[in-house]
Amino acid sequence: METFAVQLKNITKTFGSVVANHNVSLDVRQGEILALLGENGSGKTTLMNMLSGIYRPDSGSICIDGREVSIQSPEDAKRLGIGMVHQHFKLVDIFTAADNIWMGMEPTPFGLREKCKAVDARKGERGFFRLAKKTGLVFRCAGARFKGWFLSKKRNARVAGIVQKFGFELDPAKKVYDMSVSEKQTLEIVKVLTYGARIIVLDEPTAVLTVQEIEKLFAVMRRMKESGHAIIIITHKLNEVMEISDRVAIMRKGESVGVVNTADTDEQQLTELMVGHKVDLKIRRPEVQFDRPLLEVRDLTVRSDEGSVAVDKVSFYIRGGEILGVAGISGCGQRELCEAIAGLRKVESGRISHEGKDLVGLPPREIIAEGISMSFIPEDRLGMGLAPSLSIADNMCLKDYGENKWNPVVNRKKARAKARYVVEELGVVTPSIETPVRRLSGGNVQKVLVGREIIGNPNVIVTAYPVRGLDINSSYAIYDILNLQKEKGVGILFVGEDLDVMMELCDKILVLCHGRVMGVVHAQKTSKEELGLMMTGSLDLVSLKEDKHLGIARDSGIDDKESA
Amino acid sequence: MEAFIQFIVQSVRYGTPLLFGTTGEIITQKSGSLNLGVEGVMAVGAIGGFLFATWTNSLILGILAAFVCGALCGLLFAFLTVTLQANQNVTGLAMTIFGVGLFQFIGQNLTSGSGFPAMSAELAAKVGENGIPLLRDIPVVGDLLFSYNPFVYLGVVIAVLCWVYLFRTRTGLKVRAVGENPAAADGVGVNITRIKYLNIMLGCGICGIGGLYLGMVLRSGRYDGYGDWIAGYGWIAIALVIFAAWSPAKAIGGSFLFGLLLSLQAYRGAVVSIWPAGLSWMNAIPGEFYQMLPFLLTAVILVITSIRKKKDGGSPTALGLNYYREDR
Repeated sequence: METFAVQLKNITKTFGSVVANHNVSLDVRQGEILALLGENGSGKTTLMNMLSGIYRPDSGSICIDGREVSIQSPEDAKRLGIGMVHQHFKLVDIFTAADNIWMGMEPTPFGLREKCKAVDARKGERGFFRLAKKTGLVFRCAGARFKGWFLSKKRNARVAGIVQKFGFELDPAKKVYDMSVSEKQTLEIVKVLTYGARIIVLDEPTAVLTVQEIEKLFAVMRRMKESGHAIIIITHKLNEVMEISDRVAIMRKGESVGVVNTADTDEQQLTELMVGHKVDLKIRRPEVQFDRPLLEVRDLTVRSDEGSVAVDKVSFYIRGGEILGVAGISGCGQRELCEAIAGLRKVESGRISHEGKDLVGLPPREIIAEGISMSFIPEDRLGMGLAPSLSIADNMCLKDYGENKWNPVVNRKKARAKARYVVEELGVVTPSIETPVRRLSGGNVQKVLVGREIIGNPNVIVTAYPVRGLDINSSYAIYDILNLQKEKGVGILFVGEDLDVMMELCDKILVLCHGRVMGVVHAQKTSKEELGLMMTGSLDLVSLKEDKHLGIARDSGIDDKESA
Repeated sequence: MEAFIQFIVQSVRYGTPLLFGTTGEIITQKSGSLNLGVEGVMAVGAIGGFLFATWTNSLILGILAAFVCGALCGLLFAFLTVTLQANQNVTGLAMTIFGVGLFQFIGQNLTSGSGFPAMSAELAAKVGENGIPLLRDIPVVGDLLFSYNPFVYLGVVIAVLCWVYLFRTRTGLKVRAVGENPAAADGVGVNITRIKYLNIMLGCGICGIGGLYLGMVLRSGRYDGYGDWIAGYGWIAIALVIFAAWSPAKAIGGSFLFGLLLSLQAYRGAVVSIWPAGLSWMNAIPGEFYQMLPFLLTAVILVITSIRKKKDGGSPTALGLNYYREDR
């Protein structure tokens, strides 16, 4: 019988009344990459957390190399050669790369007993010499012990050696807070390899990486596979599954629904297995007659938290019934732009005009009252917009609890009605509308946020990364919501990361590079290559067509005399 | 000049209990636990250590007892916050009330009963300002550096050892990792519970010695039947942790600086006497102003550190947060 590197048998895990995993079985061979595919909240991470010792299964068994084991803690997992790279990196920010690895290392044992036995085994020596040698060993052992208490000055060099041995590039003396996402991920991988992991779990490793970084990661994974590691990768992205994996295990609602060989399947079949019904992978783009410009931004300059110019003289406009995509490498001023429009960030210079009314300097509450809604999904998803410990209903009334100035009591009836509406309309999976938002899975949290922004009937929606980390079903639900709003004549600013999606969903795409507009192109007429060149700043349409005033509507609501 | 040297010497004497309290609290905080009960821990250490010292007539056993009493308070704090996951702020405040209350309960019972024990002449001589033989006779330098009671030197040695422990040992690296990001430390197999328990207890034990110092040296072992010996020193120690940027080495300087401020009220005459023409205004300021100075300085430091926003300013990121592995 074949021995598997990992075998999970009939694992069940419940949190209170929620069944996260029900009778899940899974196996991985050595030198194999298994993709674990499933929607948000289907229990992939929970299952893997049981392998890495974060959770303990209620029932079922885990076998490593054919032997049944009990994993009580991450320490046990480490000893068994299991290493997990979590979606949210587990690194100490103020430590160097070397110290992050070092904190889990134990000093190499001196092996006094073995060395004494070796002395005994040697023949032809008098008892006295033996005793002297052993005494010397005892002292050396004590010395090694003493040295082992202290941090070796050579740890940077030692870690550099390890990094090189595994064929990575990483500066051991670099502090984690100075690292890019990709460097942090490399560090995590080096970390688990250093501890001797032979079974490696990667939880959504590509979610925050650029295309080039993903390629690099895949090369690393192939190399690890060749050296006999068993790799489990959790992801939503089907093209990645097809590219990297040998087999795919699909989970749905906490149960495993099947394992297929990657070579024998395609994206359509995987989607159906994952979602449980047929899904059309094409995004709808309804044709809507564009209205007059709703939101106009002219020469907007905004500074980042650090004081550098984050948004540099940006001009654009959104018409009613139009989705304007904003593409760009992350951290190129998208956040600052959104915050400036919502009134959360000071505008250095320039104008933001809504139906001719200047919004610069207005408090966020009045901007909301103007009909502009902003939702920003940060990388950690829960960081902005929702109060994690409050219930869905309470979160619904965060924006308008003060509608009636003279009523000191919050109208929870209305909030509950809204919550029920959002839960039903967007298919939020939740035990009740009184459940604290932080208990929901990532996708459902986002639906609640986007739902709240739409329910206020805005006429301009600014939304950044609304599908960040969402599975296919939830993503398409969000696209549908946005399209519905578009058909109602709402103007939408869609800050996104997936170019394929943006080219299908948006009407026009504005490309930002280091806070500057590289150009605004029609989504149907552009190509991924062109967008990519603009994102990296190699192609600058704005300076090419200097005579044409890009980003300024012909029927602008802003009076030119006024702005001059 | 003589008066000025005396002022410096007094500053060190007043700063030493802060040095113990601060060093202890730094160890506790570096492992991620915010113990606001330093005042109470010091009180328990003071009464426990003092009673044991007078009973056995031994300074060393007294110091050990103060350490053990402090560490037992730490054990209670650790059990409540690590094992039972109680809120650290509330537990710390309760610890203050408990410790000070226990001190008063024992102290007042003794005073009204068999009488509060007094230090024997032998013991009193041991904690006197004996200094280090020979070295103390060097003019000026001898007075400034080598003329103190044994606690002062013990405090400096402990602070230096704690610095080495935190920043130069493997265990220290783990302690700091737990204080920064317990999930990361847990993930690489560091035993969070053990690290937290041991460091809370170690820190509280050191605080306990500071309490004993207050009782034996600054209060000369006399208890007047009400109040307690600590009188706010524990709170200043917590403030000093921030001032010292969570480094036991910086705590040495910080404690003596605060000692300077604390003794300024009584000794400002000595300062004025050095340069009467320029500093006479110091006498005119009411004494209460000088009492306020340590706290004013702490507030200023807080403002400065929060403006600077340095990423590795020493403050443990997970300070005050309980860690529960299965939490999402």
